[in-house]
Amino acid sequence: MQNSFPLWKNLLVLIVFLVGVIYTLPNLYGDDPSVQVSSTRPAKLGQEQANQIESAIKAAGFTAKAFEFTDGLVLARLNSADDQLKVADLLRDKMGDDYNVALNLAPTTPVWLRSLGAEAMYLGLDLRGGVHFLLEVDMDAAVKQADDRYNDDVRLALRNEKLRYQSVSKDSGFIKVKLNSADDKPAVLTLLGKDFRTLDVTEPNEQDQIWLKLSEKEVQDIKKFAVAQNMTTLRNRVNELGVAEPVIQQQGENRIVIQLPGVQDTTRAKEILGTTATLEYRLVDVEHDVQRAVEGHVPVGSRLYYERNGNPILLDRRVIVTGDQIVDASSGVDQDGRPSVNISLNGVGASKMGKLTQANVGKPMAVVFIEYKVETKLVNGQKIRHKQKVEKVINVATIQGVFSNRFQTTGLDSPQEARNLSLLLRAGALAAPVDIVEERTVGPSLGQDNINKGMLSFVVGFALVVLFMMAYYRLCGVFANIALVFNVFIILAVLSMLQATLTLPGIAGIILTVGMSVDANVLIFERIKEEIRNGNTPQSAIYIGFEKAFATILDSNITTLLVAVMLFGFGTGSVKGFAVTLIIGILSSMFTAITGTRMIMNWVYGNRRVEKLSI
Amino acid sequence: MFKTNINFIGNRNIALIFSAVLSIIAIGSLATRGLEMGIDFTGGTLIEVGYQQAADLTELRSTLTAEGFSDATVQNFGTTKDVLIRLKPHEGVSSADLSAKVLDAINKTTKEPAIIHRVEFVGPQVGDDLAEDGFLALLYSTIGILIYVAWRFEWKFSVGAVIATFHDVIITLGLFSVLGLEFDLTVLAAILALIGYSLNDTIVIYDRIREDFRLLRNKSTEEIMNSAINVTLSRTIITSLTVFLALVSLFFLGGQIIHNFSIALLFGVVFGTYSSIFIASPAVLLLGISAEDLMAPVKEGSELMDDRP
Repeated sequence: MQNSFPLWKNLLVLIVFLVGVIYTLPNLYGDDPSVQVSSTRPAKLGQEQANQIESAIKAAGFTAKAFEFTDGLVLARLNSADDQLKVADLLRDKMGDDYNVALNLAPTTPVWLRSLGAEAMYLGLDLRGGVHFLLEVDMDAAVKQADDRYNDDVRLALRNEKLRYQSVSKDSGFIKVKLNSADDKPAVLTLLGKDFRTLDVTEPNEQDQIWLKLSEKEVQDIKKFAVAQNMTTLRNRVNELGVAEPVIQQQGENRIVIQLPGVQDTTRAKEILGTTATLEYRLVDVEHDVQRAVEGHVPVGSRLYYERNGNPILLDRRVIVTGDQIVDASSGVDQDGRPSVNISLNGVGASKMGKLTQANVGKPMAVVFIEYKVETKLVNGQKIRHKQKVEKVINVATIQGVFSNRFQTTGLDSPQEARNLSLLLRAGALAAPVDIVEERTVGPSLGQDNINKGMLSFVVGFALVVLFMMAYYRLCGVFANIALVFNVFIILAVLSMLQATLTLPGIAGIILTVGMSVDANVLIFERIKEEIRNGNTPQSAIYIGFEKAFATILDSNITTLLVAVMLFGFGTGSVKGFAVTLIIGILSSMFTAITGTRMIMNWVYGNRRVEKLSI
Repeated sequence: MFKTNINFIGNRNIALIFSAVLSIIAIGSLATRGLEMGIDFTGGTLIEVGYQQAADLTELRSTLTAEGFSDATVQNFGTTKDVLIRLKPHEGVSSADLSAKVLDAINKTTKEPAIIHRVEFVGPQVGDDLAEDGFLALLYSTIGILIYVAWRFEWKFSVGAVIATFHDVIITLGLFSVLGLEFDLTVLAAILALIGYSLNDTIVIYDRIREDFRLLRNKSTEEIMNSAINVTLSRTIITSLTVFLALVSLFFLGGQIIHNFSIALLFGVVFGTYSSIFIASPAVLLLGISAEDLMAPVKEGSELMDDRP
């Protein structure tokens, strides 16, 4: 009866155990409350600024544990969370708009572990505090916008090609082109075939009409683009908010998850994430009477707007520059101390602005502030999405001289509004409106509380199981317990390697796994006892016990695994965390309970005469 | 350490009647009272706040009613200092602003400002999706189990396993319905974990029945089942005990958020163990299993026997 492992098997188990311990270690080191500073400009932060930050913190009387400067990012590790908030405020004040100051919890993992790629698990929001948003992208709006654009483009193309038409309009899902006569049709079809391949062409019974529709592929592309574009914009905005380690992920076809650890001020976060604000510059129509326009006679070529104080004003229909031509924006104050936004335009915008101001010196120009707000309301149990376009003229000023790419806009209500507007202009516009469909905020005190409770129930649950196993199975129980410790190390190590997110249900999953994973050992030990009762020698009882229990363990664990995988596939957020720990736990417990326990039993009982097992 | 010889199969009718009664109560309660669905599934807003001193719930309630949140339910959460406020999806008010408005309202009247522990808002659409996903997870798990067990054993076993598992799920859901405990996402996760656990227990016994069917050809099906259950009984109880111990710790020390999760699993483990012993095997027997069903297809078992030293 050869109850011994070949050398390679012993080594394998020991190596796996060692790797488990090493990759679990980073989780045992704590975090430093720290402040990180990066540049919001394309140019990275340099050594010089890093030194400035360091001396600014020292000058204010704070002591930092360490300053780290890597890849354009300055990290100041501080002694307390209180210091952290104060230093962050200090730096925000000192550094201004061009820098991003964020709170962070920097792990204190030693360098040798980090060089092995060993990092601590990422703590979920329920453990570290923060906000979780689920945003839904309004796909219909995105498609409708594209539809409108195509409508205009087709009309423009026909005009440019000097093809005569009666009308181009949207009607019952089609862009309907009505021609003057059916004879023009071939030329129009050629043009459409050349320039508008993404549109499906239908020729209805009416001979002088062509109906166009977005092709299925184009609709899919538009939707994909809307989500991708929104993700980029949201990422920019989140970066502007100054959050360390944000999570921005697509979920399903049209939803985006945003997790902001440490953020407590959800109102501002919501404002920044949800709004689509932009600016437009238009000339003021001074030739027509505003009063008549208010009565309903808006002159052709003009549009009626309202200023913030409610006064009506007529503006030129044509836009000089729009928000998407703005390449940079920062907030500040003008010479009179009013809040202002400094704008930089791209080449196209600058040349348009230059030409226009040259031709219109002395005339008034207006700045229109446009904000899209999406609100979902429940009316009679129905979800009604209400998209509101708020357009306000925030500033009318006389063009004093020619300017093009850089200028200043005033007329904002508060420095806060100036800051938000400049932030939104910098981050770019959302391609389609978004709606917050789920929000979960966890306060920092509750997070810490959850960690403590999770840890305590883990330790107590683990101790209870270990004590029971020892009491019931004596020495063999000790073997099983060693395997159990080994199992916990592997679970934690794999979670750390995967950089999985640990949540409270995840901790519950680990505790449940601890209770369940000794099952394999129980099966083996009970089988060994049975074989001894049947008159086998201890050595052969061990051998048969492991052999026979193996098939049972495999079958019972695979069915459990199946359910855990389903839970992972359909679960979201913290439930997914639970499923992950369960899956890893089941797999690693099979290894530790079967191979790990066997190795120890072989060491103790193998290759010698054994009269009696302590089981 | 112990060797039992209890006639589980012979007395199966007692267990079947007991389970039938419990199942009827559970289904009856689910049909009439339903489940107290959490906001994960219904949509709505949940706000947990803490105070330095015991909170005056009556005052909070009247404040919220006065401010137009008459549908708010206010209750203590764990301790008297912590308060949980629940709101249904609100008509006419933008969902995103709701929590801010409620907080403003309660801070207006109470002496000290509330400390926000957590705010959860789930839109009605998301709630529907989460419920649908939960249902799908349940459905696919069941199909997966049916196929796997049918492949490894025989279709009668897979039906038996599913009956035993559903028995546990229905009775656990019934408990939540009768006691009016809140059913949220973590409880759903617990129910799925329970399916995994209960199945695990059942499979171990089935495995033994299969093995004995091949070994002991001259015995009756009932005798084989009885001996398989008795031989695995100590294992069944010990494993249930270790899982139970781990869960007890989670129940008492894990905090309020995970309380219902622990309840579902604690209760489920007890019934999962019971059903593995008393329901799973009689179900297979009632489906008319015989030794021939297990002879031909699977070969692994016979290899195991040949290995014997």
